[in-house]
Amino acid sequence: MRDVALFVPCYIDQFYPQVGLAALEVLERFGAEVDFPPAQTCCGQPVFNSGSFDAALPLAEKFLDVFSSYRYIVSPSGSCTSMVRHHYAELVPHRMGELRGKTFELCEFLHDVLGAKPEGHFPHRVGLHASCHGLRELRLASGSERRIQPFDKVRALLSGLEGIAFAELARKDECCGFGGTFAVAEEAISVAMGNGRIADHERGGAEIIAGADMSCLMHLDGLIRRQKRPVRVMHVAEILAQAARDPGAEGAGGAEGAERADGADELVEAR
Amino acid sequence: MSDRSRDHVLRSLRAATAGMTPVALPERSFTGVRFADVEAQFAKSVAEVGGRCIFAEDAALESTLLQLPAYAAAKRVLSRVPGLARANVERAELRAPRETWNIDFCVLPGELGVAENGAVWVVEAGFSHRAAWFLAEHMALVVPARKLVHNMHEAYERIELGSAGFATFVSGPSKTADIEQSLVIGAQGPRSCTVLVTRGPA
Amino acid sequence: MEHPEHVKHPEHVEHPDRAAAFVANGERLQWHDKSLWFVREKRDRASGVIPEWEELRALAAGIKAHTLSRLADYLEAFEAKATALGAHVHFARDAEEHNRIVHELLARRGITRVVKSKSMLTEQCGLNHHLEAHGIEVIDTDLGERIVQLRHEPPSHIVMPAIHLKKEEIGDLFHDALGGAQGISDPKALTEMARGHLRDKLLGAQAGITGVNFAVAETGGFVVCTNEGNADLGTALPRLHIACMGVEKIIPRAKDLGVFLRLLARSATGQPVTAYSSHFHGPRQGGELHIVIVDHGRSTILGREHYRRTLQCIRCGACMNTCPVYRRSGGHSYGVTVPGPLGAVLAPHVDPAKHRSLPFASTLCGSCTDVCPVKIDLHEQLLLWRGDLGRQKLVPLKKRMASRVAGWILVRTWAYLLLGSIARWFIPKLPKALAQHRWNDWGRQRELPPAPKETFRELYAKRRRTSGKAK
Repeated sequence: MRDVALFVPCYIDQFYPQVGLAALEVLERFGAEVDFPPAQTCCGQPVFNSGSFDAALPLAEKFLDVFSSYRYIVSPSGSCTSMVRHHYAELVPHRMGELRGKTFELCEFLHDVLGAKPEGHFPHRVGLHASCHGLRELRLASGSERRIQPFDKVRALLSGLEGIAFAELARKDECCGFGGTFAVAEEAISVAMGNGRIADHERGGAEIIAGADMSCLMHLDGLIRRQKRPVRVMHVAEILAQAARDPGAEGAGGAEGAERADGADELVEAR
Repeated sequence: MSDRSRDHVLRSLRAATAGMTPVALPERSFTGVRFADVEAQFAKSVAEVGGRCIFAEDAALESTLLQLPAYAAAKRVLSRVPGLARANVERAELRAPRETWNIDFCVLPGELGVAENGAVWVVEAGFSHRAAWFLAEHMALVVPARKLVHNMHEAYERIELGSAGFATFVSGPSKTADIEQSLVIGAQGPRSCTVLVTRGPA
Repeated sequence: MEHPEHVKHPEHVEHPDRAAAFVANGERLQWHDKSLWFVREKRDRASGVIPEWEELRALAAGIKAHTLSRLADYLEAFEAKATALGAHVHFARDAEEHNRIVHELLARRGITRVVKSKSMLTEQCGLNHHLEAHGIEVIDTDLGERIVQLRHEPPSHIVMPAIHLKKEEIGDLFHDALGGAQGISDPKALTEMARGHLRDKLLGAQAGITGVNFAVAETGGFVVCTNEGNADLGTALPRLHIACMGVEKIIPRAKDLGVFLRLLARSATGQPVTAYSSHFHGPRQGGELHIVIVDHGRSTILGREHYRRTLQCIRCGACMNTCPVYRRSGGHSYGVTVPGPLGAVLAPHVDPAKHRSLPFASTLCGSCTDVCPVKIDLHEQLLLWRGDLGRQKLVPLKKRMASRVAGWILVRTWAYLLLGSIARWFIPKLPKALAQHRWNDWGRQRELPPAPKETFRELYAKRRRTSGKAK
C-alpha cells in the first residue's frame, strides 16, 4: 500500500502529538507507506462551522494543493475527514474530483481499505465514545437512530485485542457536547453534555474513554481532569499502538494517560 | 377569503417551484410488516395500546359483552351493532350531539382491524351523532376476524375514501401522557376500549 | 414561518443565555433530559419492530419531495374535491389574513365560545390572542396545551406542550385556575380534573377549530390525529368546524396516508399509531366545514433550494426529543413557537437577525437528521444557515474577526507554527486565576489541553532522521 498522506489535524499536531505518532505507527504496521506533507495546517472546519465560509475557502484550497497528489489521505479524526469529504463541496465544488474516494478516517481506512485485524494485549475496560461526525457523517457505525443491520468499525478493530472489555453505555452514541466553537459559545450546555457522557461511561465501569476524535476527548478530558475523576481518555490509535507493542506478557499500565506528551517520546524510542 | 389571496398563494408557490427539477411520485416497493398469526398480533397490539381484545362467536356477542363490568353496569347503552338487548338509547332520542353526553356504553361496528397497531376503522354512515363515540364512558368495537389486516398499507387498500363523511381509526381508549409522560387512560374520550373479534358461522 | 409572537419572549435574548439559566437548575435539567430521552427510547423501540423502517422513511421523503415540487397543483386539486364535498376552502397569505378569516367566520355567526385542538400553525399565527382581543373565548382542549394556556406561556414542545412542567406545578395551577383541591399531583387525578373542566367547555362550544395533519389531494379530505379524542369532540359537538392548515400539509393520495400514519406516532411518542386518526370528508350532517390554507412564509422557504426540504416536516417532534441541546435547554430557550433543531432552521427565514443564535445552538451531531421520519437534513441546514448568517454579517463581530484572523494564520504554515509554539509556551504558564476565570468559557469548568514540548511534525521529523528514511 503506497502513497498514504497522513493528515494530522492542527490541534493534534500541537497538543496531542502522540496521537499522530500512534496513527503513523498503526498504519505502517499494516503495510502502508506513509508520508506527512509538512505544509499542512488545518482543514478549516473551525471557521467553516462558525459561519465564515469565506475564511474557510483558502484553507480548503491549501488542503487540496498539499494533499491531492496522494493516492490516499488518512486522518485520525472523523470530524476533519468529514469536513474534507463532505463539506468541501460547499467551498470548492469544482475541485471535488481531486478528492474522490481518497479521504479516510483512520479506523475506516484500517477496516475498509487495509482490512486490518489488529492484535495485541490491552487488558482494560474501555468505553467507546462514538464521535458524531464519524458516526453520522462517515457512518463508522450503524448508529442508534437507524434501523439497519448493526455494525461498528471502531469496535470491530478493537475487539480483536486480547484482554479488552467494553463498558456498555445507557446512551451508546449520544453527543459529548464538544461541537467545536459550541464548546465555548454554549458553554453551559456543552459542559452538561460532557458530564452526562462521563457519568454514563463511569456507570458502565470504563477505565478508559476511547474514541476516534481527539477533539471530543479533549473536551471530556478537560472535565475529567478538572473534576479529578479516575477515568481517562485515549485515542483509538493510541490503544492499537500500545496493544501491538504489548504482546501479552504483563505491565499494561497507566503511564499513557497521565503523561501523554512523554508517552510520545516513549513511542519513538520504542521503535 | 378573496380570490386575490388564493391566486397570490398559488402564484407564489408556482414561482417558488418554477425552476425545480420534477420529482417523480415514488411507489411503495415493499408489502409492509406481516405476521405469522394476524389474529394474535392484533390482540397483542390492542393490549399494547391500552385496549382489550376478546374473541367471540357472533351469536355470543352480548353474553361476551356482559362479562365486562362496565357493560353490565351501564344504564344507557348506544349500539350500532344490531341484536344487543341492552341497547336502550334510540337515535330518535338524540336531537343534538350534546344530548349524547351521558351515554355509559357505546358499541360500534368496525370495518377492519389492523394487526400492526391495534387500530379499528370505524365509519360514520348516516347516523350523525358521532359525538357519542367520544363522549361515551366506555366503548366496544366489533370486528369480524376475516377483516383483520397486517398493516396500514393493506388497510388503505381496502378503505374507500372520498365520499362525504367521517371515519376514524380507533386504537385503544382515549389517553394522554401530557403530565410528566405518565400514561393516563381515559383522557377526554372513552375510559376503556374493548375490541370484539367475531367469528361468524361462515 | 414563525410569528407574530404575542407570547412573552424577550427580544434578542440569545440562546446561550437562556440555556445557561435552564442548566443552572441542575436537578430540573436532569429531569427534563431524562423525560425526553425516555420518549426517544420509546421511538427507538417502536421503529425497531418495523423491518422496513428505513424504506418507509425514504418513501415518505420521496412522496413529500414530489408533492412540494407540484404543491400548487395539488392544492388546487384538493380545493376542488373539498368544495365538491361541501367544505369551504379559504387561502391566507399570512398570519394576519388567517386570523382575520377565522375571526370573520366566527363573528358573522355571533360565536363567542370556541374550542381548539392542537395546531402549531394557529400557535405561530397567534390566533388565540387575536380572537381573545375580539372578545371570543378560545379554549385549547389538548391537555398539555390547556396547561400552558392557563399559565399564559407558549408550549415548550410541539407534541408535548407541557413537558417542561412538573406534576406539582400543574397541581398548583389547577388549584388556582380550576378550583381543584390543594396539593394534588397525581397525573391521573389531574387528568380527571381536566376532563371535567374540558367537557364543560366542549359541551358549551359554538365552534371547533382543529389543525390538519394530512390533507389528501385525491379525496379532498383531511386527517387529524390525537390521543385524547379532543379534536373529535371539538368537531362533533358544535355546528361549525374550522380546520387550519399550512400549504405543505398536502399529500397526493389516500394510500399515502398509510405511509405517514405508520411513521408519525412511532416517531413522535413511540406509539404504533395515535388513539384516533380521524378522517374528515366534508362537513358533518347539518354542520359547516371551513378549511383555511395558509402560506405565511412557506412559499419563501419553498423557493430556497437548500432549505425547501424542511417543508416535508410532519411535526412529529422526534428531532426535539433526540436533540441533546434541546433536552438540556428546554423548549422556551429557543424563543420561538417551534423549538429544537426544526425551529432553529425555520426561525431564521422570518427574522435572521433576531434568531441568529439558533443555528449555533447545536453541536451538529446529526441525530435529528437520522431520526427524522421524512429525512430532512436538519443538521446540514443548521450548518448552511451559519454560512448564510456569516454572509449577511449576522454572526457576532467577535466570532467573525476570530475566523478572519484564524483563516489568515492557518493558510500560512509558518504563521500557524509560530502561533502554535506561542500557545504551547503560554498555556503551562497561565496562572490558574486566568485559566479558570469566569470569562474563560473553556477553562471555567475544563482544564486546558496539555502543552507538549514538541509538535507531531517535530517528532515526526526526528523519527524520520533516526530511521534514515526521510522523504
